[in-house]
Amino acid sequence: MNWMALELSLKLAAWTTLILLPVGIVVGRFLAWQKFRGKPVVEALVMLPLVLPPTVLGFYMLVALGGDSVIGQAYQALVGRTLVFSFEGLVVASVVFNLPFAIQPMQRAFEAIPVEVREAAACCGHKPWRMLWRIELPLAWPGVLTALVLTFAHTIGEFGIVLMVGGNVPGETQTIAIAIYDQVQAFDNASAGLMSAVLLVVSLLAISMTYFGTSFVGRRHD
Amino acid sequence: MASFLHIFLSRILIFAAVLGVAIWPRASAAETPPVIAAASNLRFVLGDLADIFKRQTGLAVRLSYGSSGNITRQISQGAPYQMFLSADETYVRDLAAQGRTLDEGQLYAYGRIALFLAKGSRLADVNFPAGYGAAFAVPKQYRFAIASPVHAPYGRAAREALIHAGLWTVMQPSLLYGENVSQAAQFAASGSADGGIIAHSLALTLKGQGRGDFWLIPAAWHAALGQRMVLLQGAGETARKFYAFMGGEIAHKLLLQHGFMGRKS
Repeated sequence: MNWMALELSLKLAAWTTLILLPVGIVVGRFLAWQKFRGKPVVEALVMLPLVLPPTVLGFYMLVALGGDSVIGQAYQALVGRTLVFSFEGLVVASVVFNLPFAIQPMQRAFEAIPVEVREAAACCGHKPWRMLWRIELPLAWPGVLTALVLTFAHTIGEFGIVLMVGGNVPGETQTIAIAIYDQVQAFDNASAGLMSAVLLVVSLLAISMTYFGTSFVGRRHD
Repeated sequence: MASFLHIFLSRILIFAAVLGVAIWPRASAAETPPVIAAASNLRFVLGDLADIFKRQTGLAVRLSYGSSGNITRQISQGAPYQMFLSADETYVRDLAAQGRTLDEGQLYAYGRIALFLAKGSRLADVNFPAGYGAAFAVPKQYRFAIASPVHAPYGRAAREALIHAGLWTVMQPSLLYGENVSQAAQFAASGSADGGIIAHSLALTLKGQGRGDFWLIPAAWHAALGQRMVLLQGAGETARKFYAFMGGEIAHKLLLQHGFMGRKS
């Protein structure tokens, strides 16, 4: 069992989820309530990582973050090492390909909050920040939780992009999915089987926990 | 509403705490071991060599396997590898021309290829190469694995050997391509393919594991697979020592045992 790879996957998933929590709330809430020209295009852009093959996304990431790109060179000048093939590069790629998983459920949850509720809260003199904390987030909670768990689970399961921008470096970019691929190629079916089983259990637990959490909140609304 | 807020906040806190444990940086070692990129035909010998190197010097390296072509592409994109053990020479020369390496590198062995058939393969009774033309006359009746000739040197050698044997045209529709030579070996050994042409080093290991048998393909059937290694820009002390170790007698002996041909022969 390659614990280093599992730890790396969990770390990557945790960072991705933590970064996408505020992003999802801000963008999801914005898309839920604002009407503006070009909104379908913005929504389509958010959904794009879901549709594109990981190889396409991975290729663009390599081009956009690689050593010859503006971002890649700026990063190298600041930090002194390359962004691609590093853990930080994986986090960037992971945040991008998880955008739909984070934003979509939150947007739907915010959309489900009746206008009257918000108007009533505003009438009571609640400031926007206070409204977000006291009214909107508690109501949108199931959607937020779903978004977080989907993001977390999807990051652990991602393979193609990680292989392309990560490059299979043990302890740096070799996530559990890549490590399993590596073990299969090394004819080590015992390790591959064990790691796959661990991943299966972790994923099942994560998703069951969400359903448990959201069903609990749902009952309280009844 | 206050109770909703309470539940919401406490759950976010629990979630954040769990995340925090996962994210919290570990006390890092003095020097993280350098990453050595290696062609996947070295998979079953390089790990042992790294262990011996560690016993001798107390220094550790991290190994990352792939096809030489893909590793080369990663290095030209700026991958932070410190040393590259290629399965052929042209990739190392290309990288040297790009200024990514410290020098032209060093030849450490020659690679050989072998026809591998898994235990119980349907091709076991077919004579190679004489009987293969007839066996593969019907496309896809049998499946045969080689590494991708586009970016894997052992795939290129396999193609050259099949061309030499006059089998390339008839067998091409039945071929399966591995991303690198150990994936091709995995196809052949698992029975997903009826057979394959893979690195001799991998075939030896598979035979040792009782997974099948192989036939060494004459070296004259394909261009020599000169295995060249090179230190990359930014190579540290550990990588330099490992490079010297790989050029030394112990490494050479072990490479010979694992089916490589010596650089002098």
